[in-house]
Amino acid sequence: MKMMSGAAMVVEALKDVGVTHVFGYPGGAVLDIYDALFAQDDVKHVLVRHEQAAAHMADGYARSTGKTGTVLVTSGPGATNTLTGIATAYMDSIPMVVLSGQVPSMHIGEDAFQETDMVGCSRPIVKHSFLVKRAVDIPEAIAKAYYIANTGRPGPVVVDLPKDIVNVMEEHPYVFPSSVAMRSYNPTVRGHSKQVKKAVESLKKAERPVLYVGGGAVTAEASGLVTKLAELLNAPVTCTLMGLGAFSGTHPQFVGMLGMHGTMEANKTMHNSDCILALGARFDDRVTNNVAKFCPHAEIIHVDIDPASISKTVNAHIPVVGSVDVVLEQILELLNPQEFAAQTEKLADWWQQIEQWRSRKCLNYEQGDTVIKPQRVIEALYKYTDGKAYVSSDVGQHQMFAALYYPYAKPRQWINSGGLGTMGFGLPAAMGVQFAHPEATSVVVTGDGSIQMNIQELATCLQYNLPIKIISLNNRALGMVRQWQDMIYKGRHSHSYMDSLPDFVKLAEAYGHVGIKVDSLDQLDAAMEKCFSLTDRLVFMDIAVDQNEHVYPMQIKYGAMDDMRLSKTERT
Amino acid sequence: MKRIISVLMENAPGALSRIVGVFSQRGYNVDSLCVAPTEDASLSRLTIITHGDDKVIEQITKQVNKLVDVLKVVDLTENAHIEREMMLIKVATRTEAIRAEVKRNADIFRANILDVSVSNYTIEVTGTTDKLDAFATTMAQCTEIIESSRTGVCGLARGERALRP
Repeated sequence: MKMMSGAAMVVEALKDVGVTHVFGYPGGAVLDIYDALFAQDDVKHVLVRHEQAAAHMADGYARSTGKTGTVLVTSGPGATNTLTGIATAYMDSIPMVVLSGQVPSMHIGEDAFQETDMVGCSRPIVKHSFLVKRAVDIPEAIAKAYYIANTGRPGPVVVDLPKDIVNVMEEHPYVFPSSVAMRSYNPTVRGHSKQVKKAVESLKKAERPVLYVGGGAVTAEASGLVTKLAELLNAPVTCTLMGLGAFSGTHPQFVGMLGMHGTMEANKTMHNSDCILALGARFDDRVTNNVAKFCPHAEIIHVDIDPASISKTVNAHIPVVGSVDVVLEQILELLNPQEFAAQTEKLADWWQQIEQWRSRKCLNYEQGDTVIKPQRVIEALYKYTDGKAYVSSDVGQHQMFAALYYPYAKPRQWINSGGLGTMGFGLPAAMGVQFAHPEATSVVVTGDGSIQMNIQELATCLQYNLPIKIISLNNRALGMVRQWQDMIYKGRHSHSYMDSLPDFVKLAEAYGHVGIKVDSLDQLDAAMEKCFSLTDRLVFMDIAVDQNEHVYPMQIKYGAMDDMRLSKTERT
Repeated sequence: MKRIISVLMENAPGALSRIVGVFSQRGYNVDSLCVAPTEDASLSRLTIITHGDDKVIEQITKQVNKLVDVLKVVDLTENAHIEREMMLIKVATRTEAIRAEVKRNADIFRANILDVSVSNYTIEVTGTTDKLDAFATTMAQCTEIIESSRTGVCGLARGERALRP
């Protein structure tokens, strides 16, 4: 039996779990753990500039790989700075373990220096948490934390480690559990066979079916099965903001993203469908619009690993609790391909209707002569990255443009804060992606508002030579806020204007990177080409875009899914 | 409609705060809450009285069940069940007539007088919430209630049904 200190146990347990990267920031309560990290090379530590960014990096790492991201921070402010990152991961069901230092056990509750009740602070935004009380319990707590984080519906787990139990001066026996079993935690992965049968019957008789694919399909690595089923049924497929890439954006059956800024054809298809197969999606308010008017003709089959997600907002007629991949396999087993041989004819009317909606070309926009339209930038990005980049986004108009105008062909290619909508997420997330995929092109699509919320990480990028490409759609405003003010507040732009923006090119250069300013449309292609030719440098593209552009389509509040504005003057 | 949600969970630090947290963060009502370890000291059994429509109750049971510390959740009100609550109530007994009236009513309600002093009785009464309410009303009619404390409801299913790990 190996004898080691609590601090060494933390690092040893991370190795045993298979952790490759830890994103963190040292401080008093975790100095022992940092000393143990120093003594080894297996677990690579990334020194961030702000703990919130550490959580987003671990998040980007997790989203792009499916593996659990790891964060290490000190007590008090170190721990509380991660909360936004934890909440971001929680809302999007991202596996993450946050190891936070804590004041020594005997001082807990005394308002000691840098003391915060981290387990209490994080309670509503974690899947689970541990306050470890004895050094010998460290390996089991860490093993359980990773097990919980990345099974069932994934989510963040906090492990709070008081300083006295990681003391380097005391040694204890280290035993890493060979397996983890918890009587109170057994997620259901296999769908109930009766429910699966009902789902199959519903799909068989459907005349206007649609597949509504969410982040759960990405988590479950089910995109192959989604495609197989979609092709067998010849059904149209729409993806949520979190599900983009789970079904290829270039597939002819793809009708686009649905929801508040979904395509007209996606929302119309949903609204008129008679059978919706929801796969790992949660019918959230940014999809359904008014639930009372939601898809009145459809029988809803809802497949989700989290029973609490089923019938939470919209009642499911056929609930199936299980992992998307396993349930799809069960469905495919029961489907006889011969029965669907005539599916093309059967759905001919349905497709004709969809083609009619498609022909409206709702994503068309007016090109400017010299002014750069933000949509045009995303189209150029698609072209210059060959559609193959990992695209991490911040939050705002640029996020919607990046979701709508870059067709993602593969799952995990599109990284964004969907549920919480965290500005400042993009850059650190793209860094996590780059650490996980050193050879890949990691792009951030951001804006002049969002980028400033974690811009300090440009220093981290230099330290680790991360050749990230930052595409900043600079409209000198908080674009999405401004859009709502235009539409709902009669154009009163209350505090959505930034009149003291930094010179982003100089700022990038000050951090040791390359900055490129693009002011007019004729410069865009050359700038993009230069940006992506500098494969070993971080390039910050500060692109001046049209300030008055809105994201369309946009659902009309209190309406049905398909009640949409299509432009500043047209609606469905 | 009133519901009795019974929860079997790990008797672990923080488990109770997680359950209470689900109620506060999701805006569910708690009318009463009663918790103690079971015969297996590693488990706790918690009974929550709440109210809401079927959709809310379904969400409550699902969200509580989702907590990693929770083994089982059951809505006892769905089936035949027994529920009991205990109240300790201290009432003023300043005259002979009041003492006799309080004693008579305590007997009728099968309540026990646990403590007697010159000017008050402390009475234990057990039963359903309605019975306890009725007893408190009766006491208020015949004398002054000085203070009272109630445990909150605990309950079990009737017959073969049981909440076990």
